[in-house]
Amino acid sequence: MSPSREGIEGRFDVAVIGAGVSGACIARRLSAYELRVALIEKEEDVSFGVSKANSGIVHGGFHHNKKYLKARLEVQGGMMFDRLKAELDFPFVRCGIVVAAMHDDELRGIGQLYSQGVENGAIGIEMCSRERLLELEPRLSPDCVGGLYAPGGGIIEPYRFVFSLVESARKNGVVLFTGWKLVSAAREELAWRLRSSDGRIVEASYVVNAAGLHADDVSRAFGAEDFRIQGRKGEYYLLDRLTKAKPDRVVFPVPSASSKGMLVIPTVEGTVLLGPTATSTDDKEDFATSRVELETILRSAKNLVPAISESDVITSFAGIRSVLGEDFYIDVSGKAPALIQVAGIQSPGLTASPAIGEYVKDLLKKAGLRLVEKADWDPFVDKVPRAKDLTPFELDEFVKADPAFGNIVCRCERVTEAEIVAAIRRGHTTLDGIKYFTRAQMGRCQGGFCTYRILKIIMRETGMAWDEITKRGEGSRVLGGEL
Amino acid sequence: MREFSFDAVVVGGGAAGMAAALALDSRGRTVALVDREAGLGGILLQCIHNGFGLIEFDEELSGPEFAERIEEGVRKSRIEAFCAATVIDLEAAGEEKTLVCVSSSLGILRLKCRVVVLAMGCRERNRGNIRIPGTRPAGVFTAGLAQRLVNIEGYLPGRDIVIIGSGDIGLIMARRMSWVGCEVHAVVEILPYPSGLTRNIVQCLHDFDIPLYLSHLTTRIYGRDRVEGVEVTPLENGALVPAKAFEIPCDTVLLSVGLVPENELSKKAGIDINPATNGPAVDSTMMTNLGGVFACGNVLHVHDLVDFVVEESRRAGGYAADWLDGQRPKAEARVKIGANVRYVSPGRVDLARENKIYLRSLVVKNDATLEVRLDKALVRSIRKNHVQPSEMISLELKPGELGAGSSRAEPVVEISIR
Repeated sequence: MSPSREGIEGRFDVAVIGAGVSGACIARRLSAYELRVALIEKEEDVSFGVSKANSGIVHGGFHHNKKYLKARLEVQGGMMFDRLKAELDFPFVRCGIVVAAMHDDELRGIGQLYSQGVENGAIGIEMCSRERLLELEPRLSPDCVGGLYAPGGGIIEPYRFVFSLVESARKNGVVLFTGWKLVSAAREELAWRLRSSDGRIVEASYVVNAAGLHADDVSRAFGAEDFRIQGRKGEYYLLDRLTKAKPDRVVFPVPSASSKGMLVIPTVEGTVLLGPTATSTDDKEDFATSRVELETILRSAKNLVPAISESDVITSFAGIRSVLGEDFYIDVSGKAPALIQVAGIQSPGLTASPAIGEYVKDLLKKAGLRLVEKADWDPFVDKVPRAKDLTPFELDEFVKADPAFGNIVCRCERVTEAEIVAAIRRGHTTLDGIKYFTRAQMGRCQGGFCTYRILKIIMRETGMAWDEITKRGEGSRVLGGEL
Repeated sequence: MREFSFDAVVVGGGAAGMAAALALDSRGRTVALVDREAGLGGILLQCIHNGFGLIEFDEELSGPEFAERIEEGVRKSRIEAFCAATVIDLEAAGEEKTLVCVSSSLGILRLKCRVVVLAMGCRERNRGNIRIPGTRPAGVFTAGLAQRLVNIEGYLPGRDIVIIGSGDIGLIMARRMSWVGCEVHAVVEILPYPSGLTRNIVQCLHDFDIPLYLSHLTTRIYGRDRVEGVEVTPLENGALVPAKAFEIPCDTVLLSVGLVPENELSKKAGIDINPATNGPAVDSTMMTNLGGVFACGNVLHVHDLVDFVVEESRRAGGYAADWLDGQRPKAEARVKIGANVRYVSPGRVDLARENKIYLRSLVVKNDATLEVRLDKALVRSIRKNHVQPSEMISLELKPGELGAGSSRAEPVVEISIR
């Protein structure tokens, strides 16, 4: 996000390291107080790490035992999304979750999930007979024998959520630094002095380590707790919105000991997502998919929803969960002063993130940070109209005001030039950033028709030359030369 | 919101749409031609190589030249062209149809008509459709996007190139990239024979010493931020042989792995799709299951030559004019797909008049015989020196050739390759 590059050295009350969903929720929460807050991200744009490639669901509050912090934060966070949506205008629908048992043995697991859900205080959770389950989700396999229904679960566009959180935080004074990779942290008098790989300095009285997969490296840089984040890769398939296999609700299998299993997710934007797999990886940059894992996904997903077809696949991708033991690790560091650790935020991290923001705010207070509410805090962001959600009459009015709404750049997802320009003006200047903000390149042709148009709009709006445009930052230049 | 009325509206201003619109215009009908691009011509405009028009104009033209020839006719006609306008909805349930379009200059546009001709063409299959595993770096392009970047926008997609799939666009791009100083390291094809036309294999690969790996599958794309190479694995007797896999370093991957008719608008309007072609299921007049809605060109089935697209679309426009005149097919027979045939288009013939049909073979074969049977009785047998899946076969069936017709209520014409 180039505009923030202007952010030079600065002195802050709090620096949040990592602009994924945790860091973004924390920064936005802190933006409600009379504080100077820096949000630091090593990638070119926010939400480019763990937060961009996940299942995009708000969980139902039944997967984890109440003894875990994450179970509590999941239920608390899950309930905050309706309010957040009203304020932040991101795609979110509480469509409900079903867990389907495919044989009698699995029904025992269902009973266990139900009890956990009740103990956690998940609202409206119910056990379902086969008939009830098939009524709730007719695309389920007729082989199912019963299951669970959690009406509070939902679907969300995770990157749009993070983009909105960061936009809101910035609107309320948070300073964003992107392409800012931490190399060292030193305690000087009463503040931390943070240095980036390109020599930029940020000073902050308090630091929050929300560095996702790299929270272990960051912790070491502060001389704090020595722990190791284990990567666990999850691969996904995305299906075209015209698939006949789109369920009405998120469909889970009965979970195993290590994973919630592979799901069939009707994404909030109308496509269908299958996955994730779960394989440990030591390479935190390894986002490769493999033939074997992808075949597993299709097999498993067809078991739940038989109408799934290979011919509906439009893309596959992988994300990496940051695993640190059984629970989230969110606490004041016992070793380094004025450092809050937010690590091991794997599933249900996205669901819990609004509650993580609250929790970390309280930890900072406990650690001595003075919190004075801003009188003029504005929780709302400006809505960006999306052509695909407008009626022809509404779209006609928008075109009159701005002809760019009449130029459909991405035909698959019906994205207009005006939306691309809005993304760029908000600082999303890479192809991926524009994709996550607008959905252009995300449909069935995967950018085959619109990429050159987007390149031209980026050049026009930013003045960037052909060799400055990247897919997602340094090293990912899109074009190879000029004729 | 503006509204206009026409006898017919043609969706898509490429070769197919222009040819269909011209046919309707020549029959005295008012026609609107809608295209999302700034001008007419469609994908031909980025196909700056030669090889177009040998059948239609009896000379070898480039894509833009071919488009220009047809567009000249459109300019001289009374056809009203709406360019830079995208059709977002087709309401075609009743006698009167409405196309909802959006354009920067006109806002929302409603075009009312009795006849619609769908001529939206096709799109390229992409990496996800053929499920190539690996990383997702910059540098993976469909061949058509690369063609657009090089021929129109003036940019190179990369320098060191591997082309996946031996479709015609991929072959053409292999030559094009070589011409602009890039190194094309390989063309990788999963099938044991090329997917593109023979003349393109010779002119685009052999003439440039570009290796073609047949019966090889791209099993992985690697590279973190930008493509660093592909892993290719040979297939022996239909099975992958991982022990013989090898890597080809490159910074760019171009995909030429097939084309799919673009029928999202058709599907939304309730038009039945033929799973063999991915185009609308049509009768002997190329009319879909919605009365008055016709389809032609690559949106109906993917053609190999634009000359055939124009021939077919001109007829479709004529049939649409017939329909407006109140004519209906007289004695339709269902076309049954026989041995070694992938598809036949259209899926019905009219026994009472001359029919032209296009088909594709499932097999590569020399000295083949095309057999036509009416209600199981052999009515015609045509010798073919060579058939292959990449080259379309055309077949004319005259009323006399189908015998005295059929006595059955639902006659069946079966076409097979022996």
